[in-house]
Amino acid sequence: METGDDGIEKSPGVELNSDSSCRRRFPLTLAGALSRNSVRELGIPDELERKRVRQGWSRGGNSEFFSASLKEISDEDARVVYINDPERTNEQFRFAGNEVCTGKYSLITFLPRNLFEQFHRVAYVYFLVIAVLNQIPQIAVFGRGASILPLAFVLFVTAIKDAYEDYRRHRADEIENNRLALVWNEGRFQSKRWKDIRVGEVIKIKANETLPCDMVLLSSSDPTGVAYVQTINLDGESNLKARYAKQETTSKSPEKEKIGGLIKCEKPNRNIYGFMANLEVDDKKLSLGPSNIILRGCELKNTDWAVGVAVHTGRETKAMLNSSGAPSKRSSLETRMNFEIIILSFFLIGLCMAVSTGAAVWLKHFEDSLNSIIFFGKQDYSQEKAKNYNYYGWGMGIFFTFLMAVIVFQIMIPISLYISMELVRIGQAYFMVRDTDMYDEASDSRFQCRALNINEDLGQIKYVFSDKTGTLTENKMEFQRASIGGIDYCNLKASSQGVGYTVKVDGKVMRPKVTIKTHPELLRLAQNGKDSVGGAYIHDFLLALASCNTLVPFVVDTSDPAVKLIDYQGESPDEQALAYAAAAYGYMLMERSSGHIVVDILGEKQRFNVLGLHEFDSDRKRMSVILGCPDKSVKVYVKGADTTTISVIDKSLLEHVVDATENHLNSYSSMGLRTLVVGMRELSPSEFEQWHSAFEAASTALIGRVALLRKVAIDVETKLRVLGASGIEDKLQQGVPEAIESLRMAGIKVWVLTGDKQETAISIGYSSKLLSSNMTQIIISNNSKESCRKSLEDALSMSKNLIPDAENEHVLRGPDAVQVQLALIIDGTSLVYVLDNELEEQCCLQLFQLASKCSVVLCCRVAPLQKAGIVALVKRRTADMTLAIGDGANDVSMIQMADVGVGISGQEGRQAVMASDFSMGQFRFLLPLLLVHGHWNYQRMAYMIIYNFYRNAVFVFLMFWFTLFTAFTLTTAITEWSSMLYSVIYTAFPTIIVGILDKNLSRRTLLKYPRLYGSGQREESYNSRLFWIMMVDTLYQSIIVYFIPLFAYWNSTVDISSLGDLWTIAIVIVVNLHLAMDVMRWNWVTHAGIWGSVIATCLCVMAIDAIPFLFGYWAIFHIGKTKLFWTLLLIVVVAALTPRFLVKVLYQYYQPNDIQIAREAEKFGTFGQVEQSELEMTCMMET
Amino acid sequence: MENTDTSTSTVRRNSKRPRYSKFTQQELPACKPILTPRWVISAFMLISIVFIPIGVAALFASRDVVEIVDRYDSECIPANETDKVKYIQTPGEKSCNRTLTVPKRMKPPIFVYYQLDNFYQNHRRYVKSRNDQQLRDSKEANSVSGCKPEDFNNGSVIVPCGLIAWSLFNDTYSLSRNNITLNVSKKDISWKSDREHKFGKDVYPKNFQSGGLIGGGILDPNIPLSEQEDLIVWMRTAALPNFRKLYGKMEVELQENDVIDVTLGNNYNTYSFNGKKKLVLSTTSWLGGKNDFLGIAYLTVGGLCFFLAMAFTVVYLVKPRQLGDPSYLSWNRNPGWR
Repeated sequence: METGDDGIEKSPGVELNSDSSCRRRFPLTLAGALSRNSVRELGIPDELERKRVRQGWSRGGNSEFFSASLKEISDEDARVVYINDPERTNEQFRFAGNEVCTGKYSLITFLPRNLFEQFHRVAYVYFLVIAVLNQIPQIAVFGRGASILPLAFVLFVTAIKDAYEDYRRHRADEIENNRLALVWNEGRFQSKRWKDIRVGEVIKIKANETLPCDMVLLSSSDPTGVAYVQTINLDGESNLKARYAKQETTSKSPEKEKIGGLIKCEKPNRNIYGFMANLEVDDKKLSLGPSNIILRGCELKNTDWAVGVAVHTGRETKAMLNSSGAPSKRSSLETRMNFEIIILSFFLIGLCMAVSTGAAVWLKHFEDSLNSIIFFGKQDYSQEKAKNYNYYGWGMGIFFTFLMAVIVFQIMIPISLYISMELVRIGQAYFMVRDTDMYDEASDSRFQCRALNINEDLGQIKYVFSDKTGTLTENKMEFQRASIGGIDYCNLKASSQGVGYTVKVDGKVMRPKVTIKTHPELLRLAQNGKDSVGGAYIHDFLLALASCNTLVPFVVDTSDPAVKLIDYQGESPDEQALAYAAAAYGYMLMERSSGHIVVDILGEKQRFNVLGLHEFDSDRKRMSVILGCPDKSVKVYVKGADTTTISVIDKSLLEHVVDATENHLNSYSSMGLRTLVVGMRELSPSEFEQWHSAFEAASTALIGRVALLRKVAIDVETKLRVLGASGIEDKLQQGVPEAIESLRMAGIKVWVLTGDKQETAISIGYSSKLLSSNMTQIIISNNSKESCRKSLEDALSMSKNLIPDAENEHVLRGPDAVQVQLALIIDGTSLVYVLDNELEEQCCLQLFQLASKCSVVLCCRVAPLQKAGIVALVKRRTADMTLAIGDGANDVSMIQMADVGVGISGQEGRQAVMASDFSMGQFRFLLPLLLVHGHWNYQRMAYMIIYNFYRNAVFVFLMFWFTLFTAFTLTTAITEWSSMLYSVIYTAFPTIIVGILDKNLSRRTLLKYPRLYGSGQREESYNSRLFWIMMVDTLYQSIIVYFIPLFAYWNSTVDISSLGDLWTIAIVIVVNLHLAMDVMRWNWVTHAGIWGSVIATCLCVMAIDAIPFLFGYWAIFHIGKTKLFWTLLLIVVVAALTPRFLVKVLYQYYQPNDIQIAREAEKFGTFGQVEQSELEMTCMMET
Repeated sequence: MENTDTSTSTVRRNSKRPRYSKFTQQELPACKPILTPRWVISAFMLISIVFIPIGVAALFASRDVVEIVDRYDSECIPANETDKVKYIQTPGEKSCNRTLTVPKRMKPPIFVYYQLDNFYQNHRRYVKSRNDQQLRDSKEANSVSGCKPEDFNNGSVIVPCGLIAWSLFNDTYSLSRNNITLNVSKKDISWKSDREHKFGKDVYPKNFQSGGLIGGGILDPNIPLSEQEDLIVWMRTAALPNFRKLYGKMEVELQENDVIDVTLGNNYNTYSFNGKKKLVLSTTSWLGGKNDFLGIAYLTVGGLCFFLAMAFTVVYLVKPRQLGDPSYLSWNRNPGWR
């Protein structure tokens, strides 16, 4: 079937940033929607029935959110839409037009708004304040141009970028707004531009067209009023969803008769899975739910046409209301860095104070004779009466000196660092996205960087919280085992791999799209033993599998015209697996429409009336369908999670079957299978009547519809006869056990949070190597607060006995002490007690202490919100970095809570991806992501920050020393252009290049020795010790660079410009060589960057000195001719860098860290196995 | 489970698989320097081998330079004057005689400098008080921006304007040996680039030193600025508060124990800020003037590096470490580490 392809291509690939216009169009990040209310909405566990209740045909509104928040559509809250009467609709209320404008600016607002937004950055404000200070004549240090230019340049470039992006958005808007749709007007459907569509108009959509607005479905090409839509633009799910027109309107069409009526619906909101309205047509009042509305951005599929009435337009559509970006996170390194920036600003203030104190002393000392000091020139004699020139007394002099010092020393705060960091992150992201190791062939998806500012956090992760289904496993369900009537049928033993079951219809062969291996005995019984007791069980069981679901069968053509495939479209992979299984045994669901289903039972088409369907919800954890069978009997089929379904089974009936089923359930779940229990009951006519009236009443109720429906469901789902149970296997993804083992080796604690049962979770734990047999398991599974607390305390004390405290660890544990590893398994119920606010903090703390002692934590039966709670539990109590990885909507809260959120772009739609910071195709890509890229990114960024502090501080100190020899007047020997260009051109490129390209270790080494990851966790590359060492080095280097030339030129004829040029070139060479000394891997780009910068500096200095009207004209050429200049340059560079070199050598040789050892091993091959793996020329430095 | 979906082939065609290149996979050919002992020792040895000879050469060069420094600021004030500032500010001839003895034979060229100490030619107020446009171009005579407080005199512009020009040094020296005047050439004492491009050939001093307070030397209004070499030298503001400026050159050879009589015109006021004035006669070497600092610095660094090279050699021999030995890895050193 051709449903997906079209949509998938249109699905925008977000790589570096999500700004592509396409993405802007309908980006539905549930980020924003994840308000208090919608967490619940999203919070339906995936484990049982992977279906969010929004679907299906039940006429009920179904989100709990609504029953809670919308009591009733009162007149003032409602929007009233007169069908096919836009004039009347729009005269009372001003509804938004359908024109969308995603552009941020217009021509007029661009300048002020863009500037306003840019100045949200503190760095720019700092820039601005300094530049403004410099405009005050008394304290102007730099020329106006030199001071404003850098800021103006940055602002200008950013503005151009923003303008371009906005232009593209405007263009996209225009295209969007001018698309055409068929609107009923003057007796026929006419083409009308999207932007002119108004609320109340009747619109006709053809197959494969995109919806221009949110509309209530009135009729479709299907006589029953079904229309299928694809919502890939909204929530990324590519499967088709059925939407239903009301029976009362399906027969109507504008061509035949005028449609009239009134829709009262709720105000626009962003919940895409909820809608509530009433339709009044032909004096009947009908209720409308989310299954009756099709939203803007959806595409109509498999339906020739659909007619609907616009209810929300333009920016009021749900798609538009949902277009908001993901929340921004800040990397921990950057947070750390801000602390050091504060220290640097104290340095800055200190320097300024020192200068102004010096100035104060100097002025005080010469105050009386200032007038006759010829180089001070206090008085202006140009007029008759002499007056003070630019001198306002001692006090003001000091104050101005202070302000001027701030201007001169401004780059002590490394503003350029912020810009460099962004560039480096973009570069790093580029390489992560391009990494072929993180490309998933199966889903054809690249790695995606959705957040651009937490790359370096990937190198410091200590906790990984992983979802199970779809993350560790493939989420491709395979029907493995069934227990029917107490007999276990195991597919694993089966070998028949036939063509599978086929049906002939109109001379064409129909077969299910997915064939599975069948169990021969079960197949034989299903086909022949209809009359035996076991056969009846099997019949009911398979019928339940085929009917008790919300799947929609589609017929797909194949290359062979005689063969057609049946494709079950639905949201729950479990349901699909079950339906395909039923089909394989001869119970093939053929057709579904709003009132009935057609099931082909062993070649005989049977029509069942679907009298009612109780959808899955997270309380009941089961669903049921009430079928009117061809033999006029009414049966209710239930399937659901074992815990909740077993309890509604009448155990007095056939006790041995129930017992056997329960035993089988236990063995299934210990094999790691997902289990479901199937039960049924025949309704007597009176019971049916009772249910029917209750159901009708509940599903048309306006108040508390959800609760009423749930009650009806609970009433009917009782005293069931157990039919059996199914075991579905969810295969582990490729490479998961190895990945988990490596992560644990890397010192990362892996927590698995799953909705599965404890037994299932433990067995998955074993198969994924999360658990091993030598671990001591602590299981906490309690049903009351008190017992929970008690078992927590017991467990904690036990763990303390087994594992001594961290402080005593080394003392107690000898080199060959047995290592005890603990695994904590805790279930959702206990977690509720622990995380519940009513319990005191104590419990949380205990859990955390316990968990931090365990190397593995498995949480089972966890609700989505609890997932976030667990992440928060860890995040709040440690500074350790957390990473959450998941694939489904239920992982969104967890992904957003964790420091780093990773989304798996898998089977479950894209909500998780939308909320994530990084997304990828497979769990095992965590290894290259964390161990390789994370490690590199952290090392690079950490080094870059330290280095940038250094390169700016050393320059500031250099200027500070000179200030001491200018009577504290802040003259700069270095030309103002050079001091502006210093952090932009002279030294900026190498650090960015090194930040993007340097690698301390090769990918292969890092993957082979996951423990090397520990250096990031231990913050080895950025800590306050390094910062202070760097500051001492900075001070030393600045003294060498300043004072050696000073003493050499003392009592000489040297002029200020020449000496300034010497200092400029010397400091740039020192700073660049300093970087060169720390580069781990020299490739041609690094060479070009570093040596290029030095050459560029010399060229710039020469260019500046070649301008005749500048003060230092020709100075560099003069001083360059003297031998003293070159001898000074040599000694300055060598003397400045020798101590650093010495310390580095001593450190590397006598206190080598793991990375150093690994580098040496990589080079000399002493790891044995580490061959000369990469295509790298080894530079023969040691020979 | 068998998936009969046939769409995989179409997907492959527009695959998003990143294209492989050594650049995108971060596998560019690269060199990975490691500081091996041999390399470190060689580096230190190399530095010492280069630095020690340079240091010796620099020291010898500095020793070869003969320099006569004579501080005259206080001696040239008559003993009965108590207020030095008042004395220097009173107009009139204030001549003063000094005698210098040549300590060692001085080969030509001999440079005559004046040295000022404690004179902040790099003071922010001072260094900015000039207008380079005006100096270059006769058409820009009126541009005096930045020249405050010496921009106008009674409403008309000063050329050259600004504090720097105004405070032009104006002590004069005339040297004689055995009553024979020594010719001190004032030609080519300034930078050629300054004469040709920075000071205009058609810019003549105007209104200079005609205000209420005289700062220093006066200029001949009939000589263009490009030929006023004293001004050009003075306008190359010094970097440091103790500086020398070239006064002239002598092309005579002075013998040891020659006595030179200097007749000084003591006009320049450095007394208000305790500035010192010195007359300097000096020869030059390839490194410039007399300054032992550079030689000593080179010898120190070279010596230190030699010592380090030796120390490392000993240390490596006594306590070697095999490079890349996995037993040094933290988890191997400390098995308890998890």
